Amino acid sequence: MRDRTLWTWHLFAGLVILVFLGLHMVIMHLDATLHVGNPFPGGAVDWANVAARMKSMFFAITYVVLLGAALFHGLYGFRNVLFELNPGGGLRRLVDAGFTLVGLALFVFGAWVALAAPGVAMRMGG
Amino acid sequence: MAGTSLKTVTYHVRRFEPGKDAEPRWEDHRVEVTPGMTVLDGLWKVKELFAPTLAWRSSCRMGICGSCGMLINGRPRLACNTQIEELKSDVVAVGPLPNFAIIKDLVPDLYSMFDTHRDLMPFLLRDDTKEQEAPTGEYWQTPHELEHYLQFSYCIKCGCCMAGCPTVATDPEYAGPMPLAQAHRYDSDSRDGGFAKRREVLSGGRGPWRCHFAGECSRVCPKGVDPAKAIQLMKQDLVFDMLRLRTRKPGSKVVEAPHGKRKDDIPAAPTRTA
Repeated sequence: MRDRTLWTWHLFAGLVILVFLGLHMVIMHLDATLHVGNPFPGGAVDWANVAARMKSMFFAITYVVLLGAALFHGLYGFRNVLFELNPGGGLRRLVDAGFTLVGLALFVFGAWVALAAPGVAMRMGG
Repeated sequence: MAGTSLKTVTYHVRRFEPGKDAEPRWEDHRVEVTPGMTVLDGLWKVKELFAPTLAWRSSCRMGICGSCGMLINGRPRLACNTQIEELKSDVVAVGPLPNFAIIKDLVPDLYSMFDTHRDLMPFLLRDDTKEQEAPTGEYWQTPHELEHYLQFSYCIKCGCCMAGCPTVATDPEYAGPMPLAQAHRYDSDSRDGGFAKRREVLSGGRGPWRCHFAGECSRVCPKGVDPAKAIQLMKQDLVFDMLRLRTRKPGSKVVEAPHGKRKDDIPAAPTRTA
Protein backbone atom coordinates (compact mmCIF):
# COMPACT_ATOMS: atom_id res chain seq x y z
CA MET A 1 0.00 0.00 0.00
CA ARG A 2 2.67 2.47 -1.07
CA ASP A 3 0.04 4.91 -2.33
CA ARG A 4 -1.67 4.92 1.02
CA THR A 5 1.59 5.75 2.79
CA LEU A 6 2.48 8.51 0.33
CA TRP A 7 -1.01 9.98 0.53
CA THR A 8 -0.92 9.96 4.34
CA TRP A 9 2.44 11.73 4.33
CA HIS A 10 1.03 14.20 1.83
CA LEU A 11 -1.77 14.92 4.29
CA PHE A 12 0.60 15.35 7.22
CA ALA A 13 2.90 17.54 5.12
CA GLY A 14 -0.12 19.73 4.35
CA LEU A 15 -0.81 20.11 8.07
CA VAL A 16 2.83 20.98 8.77
CA ILE A 17 2.73 23.59 6.00
CA LEU A 18 -0.47 25.01 7.45
CA VAL A 19 1.09 25.40 10.91
CA PHE A 20 4.45 26.78 9.75
CA LEU A 21 3.04 29.08 7.11
CA GLY A 22 0.70 30.33 9.81
CA LEU A 23 3.75 31.01 11.92
CA HIS A 24 5.34 32.81 8.96
CA MET A 25 2.22 34.95 8.57
CA VAL A 26 2.21 35.86 12.25
CA ILE A 27 5.93 36.73 12.38
CA MET A 28 6.39 38.40 9.01
CA HIS A 29 3.05 39.99 8.21
CA LEU A 30 1.31 40.56 11.54
CA ASP A 31 4.30 41.99 13.37
CA ALA A 32 2.71 45.41 13.69
CA THR A 33 -0.15 43.99 15.76
CA LEU A 34 1.17 40.80 17.41
CA HIS A 35 4.95 41.39 17.90
CA VAL A 36 5.82 37.68 17.87
CA GLY A 37 9.31 36.39 16.98
CA ASN A 38 10.85 39.81 16.42
CA PRO A 39 12.77 40.94 19.54
CA PHE A 40 13.86 44.30 18.11
CA PRO A 41 11.80 47.29 16.96
CA GLY A 42 11.81 48.29 13.30
CA GLY A 43 9.69 45.56 11.71
CA ALA A 44 10.14 41.92 10.70
CA VAL A 45 12.58 42.67 7.86
CA ASP A 46 14.82 44.93 9.93
CA TRP A 47 18.39 43.47 9.89
CA ALA A 48 18.52 43.07 13.66
CA ASN A 49 15.36 40.92 13.59
CA VAL A 50 16.51 38.99 10.52
CA ALA A 51 19.83 38.23 12.21
CA ALA A 52 18.07 37.24 15.43
CA ARG A 53 15.95 34.72 13.55
CA MET A 54 18.98 33.42 11.63
CA LYS A 55 20.84 32.75 14.88
CA SER A 56 17.90 30.98 16.49
CA MET A 57 18.04 27.17 16.46
CA PHE A 58 14.23 27.11 16.74
CA PHE A 59 13.92 28.95 13.43
CA ALA A 60 16.63 26.80 11.81
CA ILE A 61 14.62 23.68 12.69
CA THR A 62 11.33 25.18 11.53
CA TYR A 63 12.96 26.13 8.21
CA VAL A 64 14.17 22.56 7.71
CA VAL A 65 10.82 21.03 8.68
CA LEU A 66 8.90 23.44 6.47
CA LEU A 67 11.31 22.84 3.61
CA GLY A 68 10.87 19.06 3.86
CA ALA A 69 7.10 19.28 4.14
CA ALA A 70 6.75 21.77 1.28
CA LEU A 71 9.06 19.80 -1.00
CA PHE A 72 7.26 16.53 -0.35
CA HIS A 73 3.79 18.06 -0.61
CA GLY A 74 4.60 19.96 -3.79
CA LEU A 75 6.49 17.21 -5.56
CA TYR A 76 3.92 14.56 -4.67
CA GLY A 77 1.16 16.85 -5.96
CA PHE A 78 3.09 17.55 -9.16
CA ARG A 79 3.72 13.82 -9.58
CA ASN A 80 -0.03 13.20 -9.35
CA VAL A 81 -0.67 15.89 -11.96
CA LEU A 82 1.82 14.18 -14.28
CA PHE A 83 0.25 10.80 -13.60
CA GLU A 84 -3.07 12.25 -14.73
CA LEU A 85 -1.50 12.18 -18.19
CA ASN A 86 -1.46 8.42 -17.81
CA PRO A 87 2.20 7.64 -18.52
CA GLY A 88 3.37 4.03 -18.87
CA GLY A 89 4.89 2.00 -16.04
CA GLY A 90 8.51 2.77 -17.05
CA LEU A 91 7.87 6.49 -17.27
CA ARG A 92 6.12 6.44 -13.90
CA ARG A 93 9.16 4.83 -12.29
CA LEU A 94 11.36 7.41 -13.99
CA VAL A 95 9.20 10.26 -12.68
CA ASP A 96 9.27 8.73 -9.17
CA ALA A 97 13.06 8.33 -9.25
CA GLY A 98 13.61 11.82 -10.73
CA PHE A 99 11.36 13.52 -8.21
CA THR A 100 12.97 11.62 -5.33
CA LEU A 101 16.45 12.71 -6.44
CA VAL A 102 15.43 16.33 -7.09
CA GLY A 103 13.56 16.45 -3.76
CA LEU A 104 16.49 15.04 -1.81
CA ALA A 105 18.99 17.35 -3.52
CA LEU A 106 16.87 20.43 -2.84
CA PHE A 107 16.28 19.33 0.74
CA VAL A 108 19.98 18.81 1.43
CA PHE A 109 20.87 22.17 -0.12
CA GLY A 110 18.04 24.02 1.68
CA ALA A 111 18.79 22.35 5.00
CA TRP A 112 22.46 23.28 4.66
CA VAL A 113 21.46 26.92 4.05
CA ALA A 114 19.12 26.94 7.05
CA LEU A 115 21.64 25.30 9.39
CA ALA A 116 24.52 27.49 8.19
CA ALA A 117 22.49 30.67 8.78
CA PRO A 118 23.45 31.14 12.50
CA GLY A 119 27.17 31.15 11.62
CA VAL A 120 26.62 33.56 8.74
CA ALA A 121 24.65 35.93 10.97
CA MET A 122 27.40 35.91 13.58
CA ARG A 123 30.13 36.59 10.98
CA MET A 124 28.08 39.50 9.64
CA GLY A 125 27.79 40.97 13.12
CA GLY A 126 24.14 40.25 13.63
CA MET B 1 -53.76 16.61 -20.41
CA ALA B 2 -52.15 13.33 -21.49
CA GLY B 3 -51.53 13.29 -25.21
CA THR B 4 -51.65 17.10 -25.56
CA SER B 5 -48.62 18.25 -27.48
CA LEU B 6 -46.63 20.93 -25.61
CA LYS B 7 -43.98 21.61 -28.21
CA THR B 8 -41.71 19.89 -30.69
CA VAL B 9 -38.10 19.17 -29.84
CA THR B 10 -35.20 17.96 -31.92
CA TYR B 11 -33.68 14.68 -30.84
CA HIS B 12 -29.98 14.91 -31.70
CA VAL B 13 -28.98 11.26 -31.42
CA ARG B 14 -25.52 9.78 -31.75
CA ARG B 15 -25.37 6.64 -33.86
CA PHE B 16 -22.41 4.32 -34.06
CA GLU B 17 -21.93 0.66 -34.80
CA PRO B 18 -18.33 -0.45 -34.31
CA GLY B 19 -17.11 -2.67 -37.12
CA LYS B 20 -19.64 -1.16 -39.50
CA ASP B 21 -19.34 2.62 -39.11
CA ALA B 22 -15.97 4.29 -39.53
CA GLU B 23 -16.91 6.96 -36.98
CA PRO B 24 -19.94 8.09 -35.01
CA ARG B 25 -22.55 10.26 -36.71
CA TRP B 26 -25.43 12.39 -35.41
CA GLU B 27 -29.03 12.13 -36.53
CA ASP B 28 -31.74 14.73 -35.95
CA HIS B 29 -35.40 13.79 -35.49
CA ARG B 30 -38.35 16.02 -34.59
CA VAL B 31 -40.48 14.67 -31.77
CA GLU B 32 -43.66 16.08 -30.28
CA VAL B 33 -43.53 16.43 -26.53
CA THR B 34 -46.49 15.61 -24.31
CA PRO B 35 -46.77 16.45 -20.59
CA GLY B 36 -44.66 14.15 -18.39
CA MET B 37 -42.78 12.76 -21.36
CA THR B 38 -39.34 11.46 -20.50
CA VAL B 39 -36.24 11.33 -22.69
CA LEU B 40 -36.76 7.57 -22.83
CA ASP B 41 -40.33 8.00 -24.09
CA GLY B 42 -38.94 10.27 -26.79
CA LEU B 43 -36.38 7.68 -27.79
CA TRP B 44 -39.15 5.12 -28.21
CA LYS B 45 -40.94 7.61 -30.51
CA VAL B 46 -37.75 8.13 -32.51
CA LYS B 47 -37.36 4.37 -32.86
CA GLU B 48 -40.99 3.91 -33.79
CA LEU B 49 -41.17 6.71 -36.34
CA PHE B 50 -37.70 7.35 -37.76
CA ALA B 51 -34.87 5.03 -36.69
CA PRO B 52 -35.99 1.43 -36.13
CA THR B 53 -32.41 0.20 -35.68
CA LEU B 54 -31.57 2.67 -32.90
CA ALA B 55 -30.23 0.72 -29.90
CA TRP B 56 -30.18 1.51 -26.19
CA ARG B 57 -30.73 -0.30 -22.91
CA SER B 58 -33.77 0.26 -20.74
CA SER B 59 -35.99 -1.83 -18.56
CA CYS B 60 -37.92 -0.60 -15.55
CA ARG B 61 -38.80 2.95 -16.73
CA MET B 62 -38.78 4.22 -13.14
CA GLY B 63 -35.18 4.86 -12.13
CA ILE B 64 -34.65 1.55 -10.39
CA CYS B 65 -32.81 -0.78 -12.75
CA GLY B 66 -30.05 1.59 -13.89
CA SER B 67 -30.11 0.40 -17.49
CA CYS B 68 -30.80 3.64 -19.31
CA GLY B 69 -27.82 5.76 -18.29
CA MET B 70 -26.99 8.11 -21.19
CA LEU B 71 -25.32 11.39 -21.89
CA ILE B 72 -28.27 13.75 -22.17
CA ASN B 73 -27.55 17.35 -23.08
CA GLY B 74 -23.96 16.93 -21.92
CA ARG B 75 -24.70 15.33 -18.58
CA PRO B 76 -24.91 11.64 -17.61
CA ARG B 77 -28.50 10.92 -16.58
CA LEU B 78 -31.12 8.21 -16.56
CA ALA B 79 -33.28 8.63 -19.68
CA CYS B 80 -36.33 7.31 -17.83
CA ASN B 81 -35.83 9.69 -14.93
CA THR B 82 -35.37 12.84 -17.01
CA GLN B 83 -38.40 14.70 -18.25
CA ILE B 84 -37.88 16.57 -21.52
CA GLU B 85 -39.42 19.70 -20.03
CA GLU B 86 -36.85 19.84 -17.24
CA LEU B 87 -34.07 20.11 -19.84
CA LYS B 88 -35.48 23.54 -20.80
CA SER B 89 -34.19 23.19 -24.34
CA ASP B 90 -35.62 22.56 -27.77
CA VAL B 91 -32.79 20.16 -28.49
CA VAL B 92 -32.35 16.84 -26.72
CA ALA B 93 -28.83 15.65 -27.46
CA VAL B 94 -28.49 11.98 -26.57
CA GLY B 95 -25.23 10.06 -26.66
CA PRO B 96 -23.81 6.98 -24.95
CA LEU B 97 -22.16 7.29 -21.53
CA PRO B 98 -18.58 8.53 -21.95
CA ASN B 99 -15.59 6.59 -20.55
CA PHE B 100 -16.95 3.28 -21.84
CA ALA B 101 -16.48 1.41 -25.08
CA ILE B 102 -19.56 1.48 -27.30
CA ILE B 103 -21.39 -1.69 -28.24
CA LYS B 104 -23.86 0.10 -30.48
CA ASP B 105 -25.47 3.57 -30.61
CA LEU B 106 -26.41 4.37 -26.99
CA VAL B 107 -25.33 1.04 -25.51
CA PRO B 108 -22.10 1.30 -23.49
CA ASP B 109 -19.98 -1.72 -22.68
CA LEU B 110 -20.14 -1.81 -18.87
CA TYR B 111 -17.99 -4.91 -18.44
CA SER B 112 -14.94 -2.93 -17.29
CA MET B 113 -17.01 -1.39 -14.49
CA PHE B 114 -18.62 -4.63 -13.37
CA ASP B 115 -15.33 -6.55 -13.52
CA THR B 116 -13.78 -4.09 -11.09
CA HIS B 117 -16.95 -4.12 -9.01
CA ARG B 118 -16.74 -7.91 -8.71
CA ASP B 119 -13.00 -7.78 -7.88
CA LEU B 120 -13.80 -5.58 -4.88
CA MET B 121 -16.06 -8.28 -3.47
CA PRO B 122 -19.35 -6.36 -3.08
CA PHE B 123 -20.90 -8.81 -0.64
CA LEU B 124 -20.60 -9.67 3.04
CA LEU B 125 -17.26 -11.31 3.76
CA ARG B 126 -17.26 -13.27 6.97
CA ASP B 127 -15.52 -16.23 8.51
CA ASP B 128 -18.71 -18.10 9.36
CA THR B 129 -19.27 -19.64 5.93
CA LYS B 130 -21.54 -22.31 7.42
CA GLU B 131 -23.83 -19.68 8.91
CA GLN B 132 -24.03 -17.91 5.57
CA GLU B 133 -24.91 -21.10 3.72
CA ALA B 134 -27.40 -22.37 6.27
CA PRO B 135 -28.52 -19.43 8.44
CA THR B 136 -29.57 -20.20 11.99
CA GLY B 137 -30.47 -16.61 12.78
CA GLU B 138 -29.85 -13.03 11.71
CA TYR B 139 -26.74 -10.85 11.74
CA TRP B 140 -27.16 -8.26 14.44
CA GLN B 141 -27.21 -4.65 13.29
CA THR B 142 -28.52 -1.54 14.96
CA PRO B 143 -30.31 1.25 13.07
CA HIS B 144 -27.31 3.48 13.82
CA GLU B 145 -24.95 0.97 12.19
CA LEU B 146 -27.27 0.78 9.21
CA GLU B 147 -26.96 4.56 8.75
CA HIS B 148 -23.21 4.16 8.12
CA TYR B 149 -23.78 2.61 4.72
CA LEU B 150 -27.47 3.04 3.87
CA GLN B 151 -26.94 5.95 1.49
CA PHE B 152 -24.30 4.04 -0.47
CA SER B 153 -26.55 1.01 -0.79
CA TYR B 154 -28.97 3.01 -2.96
CA CYS B 155 -26.57 2.66 -5.90
CA ILE B 156 -28.21 1.11 -8.98
CA LYS B 157 -24.94 0.65 -10.92
CA CYS B 158 -26.10 2.79 -13.83
CA GLY B 159 -22.56 3.99 -14.57
CA CYS B 160 -23.42 7.72 -14.61
CA CYS B 161 -20.76 8.42 -11.97
CA MET B 162 -18.15 6.58 -14.04
CA ALA B 163 -19.13 8.61 -17.08
CA GLY B 164 -18.76 11.88 -15.17
CA CYS B 165 -15.45 11.09 -13.47
CA PRO B 166 -12.43 12.94 -14.94
CA THR B 167 -10.00 10.43 -13.43
CA VAL B 168 -11.76 7.47 -15.03
CA ALA B 169 -11.52 9.39 -18.31
CA THR B 170 -7.74 9.60 -18.11
CA ASP B 171 -6.60 6.61 -16.05
CA PRO B 172 -7.70 3.13 -17.14
CA GLU B 173 -6.26 1.59 -13.99
CA TYR B 174 -8.41 3.63 -11.58
CA ALA B 175 -11.33 1.60 -10.23
CA GLY B 176 -13.81 4.48 -10.49
CA PRO B 177 -16.50 5.86 -8.20
CA MET B 178 -19.08 3.08 -8.42
CA PRO B 179 -16.84 0.13 -7.45
CA LEU B 180 -15.04 2.19 -4.81
CA ALA B 181 -18.26 3.46 -3.27
CA GLN B 182 -19.63 -0.08 -3.19
CA ALA B 183 -16.44 -1.41 -1.63
CA HIS B 184 -16.83 1.24 1.07
CA ARG B 185 -20.50 0.36 1.44
CA TYR B 186 -19.46 -3.15 2.53
CA ASP B 187 -16.41 -2.02 4.48
CA SER B 188 -18.68 0.16 6.59
CA ASP B 189 -21.28 -2.55 7.13
CA SER B 190 -21.08 -3.83 10.71
CA ARG B 191 -21.93 -7.34 9.51
CA ASP B 192 -18.90 -7.46 7.22
CA GLY B 193 -15.34 -8.48 8.06
CA GLY B 194 -13.67 -8.15 4.66
CA PHE B 195 -11.85 -4.82 5.02
CA ALA B 196 -8.38 -6.40 4.86
CA LYS B 197 -9.18 -8.41 1.73
CA ARG B 198 -10.59 -5.40 -0.11
CA ARG B 199 -7.64 -3.31 1.06
CA GLU B 200 -5.32 -5.62 -0.86
CA VAL B 201 -7.35 -5.19 -4.05
CA LEU B 202 -7.29 -1.42 -3.56
CA SER B 203 -3.50 -1.16 -3.45
CA GLY B 204 -1.75 0.66 -6.28
CA GLY B 205 -3.39 2.83 -8.90
CA ARG B 206 -6.69 1.02 -8.58
CA GLY B 207 -7.46 2.47 -5.19
CA PRO B 208 -9.03 5.73 -4.09
CA TRP B 209 -5.78 7.73 -4.09
CA ARG B 210 -6.16 8.97 -7.66
CA CYS B 211 -9.48 10.60 -6.80
CA HIS B 212 -8.88 14.33 -6.54
CA PHE B 213 -12.41 15.06 -5.43
CA ALA B 214 -13.81 16.69 -8.55
CA GLY B 215 -17.18 15.65 -7.11
CA GLU B 216 -18.77 15.16 -10.52
CA CYS B 217 -19.75 11.58 -9.62
CA SER B 218 -21.92 12.86 -6.79
CA ARG B 219 -23.36 15.68 -8.87
CA VAL B 220 -24.59 13.37 -11.63
CA CYS B 221 -25.70 10.43 -9.46
CA PRO B 222 -29.44 10.01 -10.10
CA LYS B 223 -29.97 8.29 -6.74
CA GLY B 224 -28.12 10.73 -4.47
CA VAL B 225 -25.59 8.11 -3.45
CA ASP B 226 -22.66 10.57 -3.17
CA PRO B 227 -19.81 8.29 -4.28
CA ALA B 228 -17.28 11.11 -3.75
CA LYS B 229 -18.12 11.08 -0.06
CA ALA B 230 -17.73 7.30 0.07
CA ILE B 231 -14.28 7.58 -1.53
CA GLN B 232 -13.13 10.22 0.96
CA LEU B 233 -14.43 8.07 3.83
CA MET B 234 -12.60 5.10 2.31
CA LYS B 235 -9.36 7.12 2.26
CA GLN B 236 -9.95 8.02 5.90
CA ASP B 237 -10.53 4.37 6.79
CA LEU B 238 -7.36 3.25 5.00
CA VAL B 239 -5.24 5.97 6.64
CA PHE B 240 -6.69 5.21 10.08
CA ASP B 241 -6.00 1.54 9.44
CA MET B 242 -2.36 2.33 8.63
CA LEU B 243 -2.05 4.43 11.78
CA ARG B 244 -3.69 1.62 13.79
CA LEU B 245 -6.55 3.95 14.68
CA ARG B 246 -9.31 2.10 12.86
CA THR B 247 -11.65 0.17 15.09
CA ARG B 248 -11.66 -3.30 13.68
CA LYS B 249 -14.95 -5.10 13.34
CA PRO B 250 -14.82 -8.85 12.99
CA GLY B 251 -18.43 -8.96 11.76
CA SER B 252 -21.47 -8.70 13.96
CA LYS B 253 -22.80 -11.65 15.94
CA VAL B 254 -25.62 -13.92 14.90
CA VAL B 255 -28.84 -13.52 16.85
CA GLU B 256 -31.95 -15.59 16.86
CA ALA B 257 -34.57 -14.48 14.37
CA PRO B 258 -37.58 -12.77 15.97
CA HIS B 259 -40.57 -14.98 16.66
CA GLY B 260 -43.39 -12.46 16.53
CA LYS B 261 -46.83 -13.45 15.39
CA ARG B 262 -47.36 -12.72 11.70
CA LYS B 263 -50.31 -10.50 10.90
CA ASP B 264 -53.10 -12.31 9.09
CA ASP B 265 -52.86 -10.18 5.95
CA ILE B 266 -49.12 -10.70 5.46
CA PRO B 267 -48.33 -13.88 3.48
CA ALA B 268 -45.57 -16.21 4.64
CA ALA B 269 -42.16 -15.97 2.99
CA PRO B 270 -41.61 -18.49 0.16
CA THR B 271 -39.82 -21.65 1.15
CA ARG B 272 -36.07 -21.85 0.57
CA THR B 273 -35.33 -23.52 -2.77
CA ALA B 274 -31.54 -23.91 -2.74
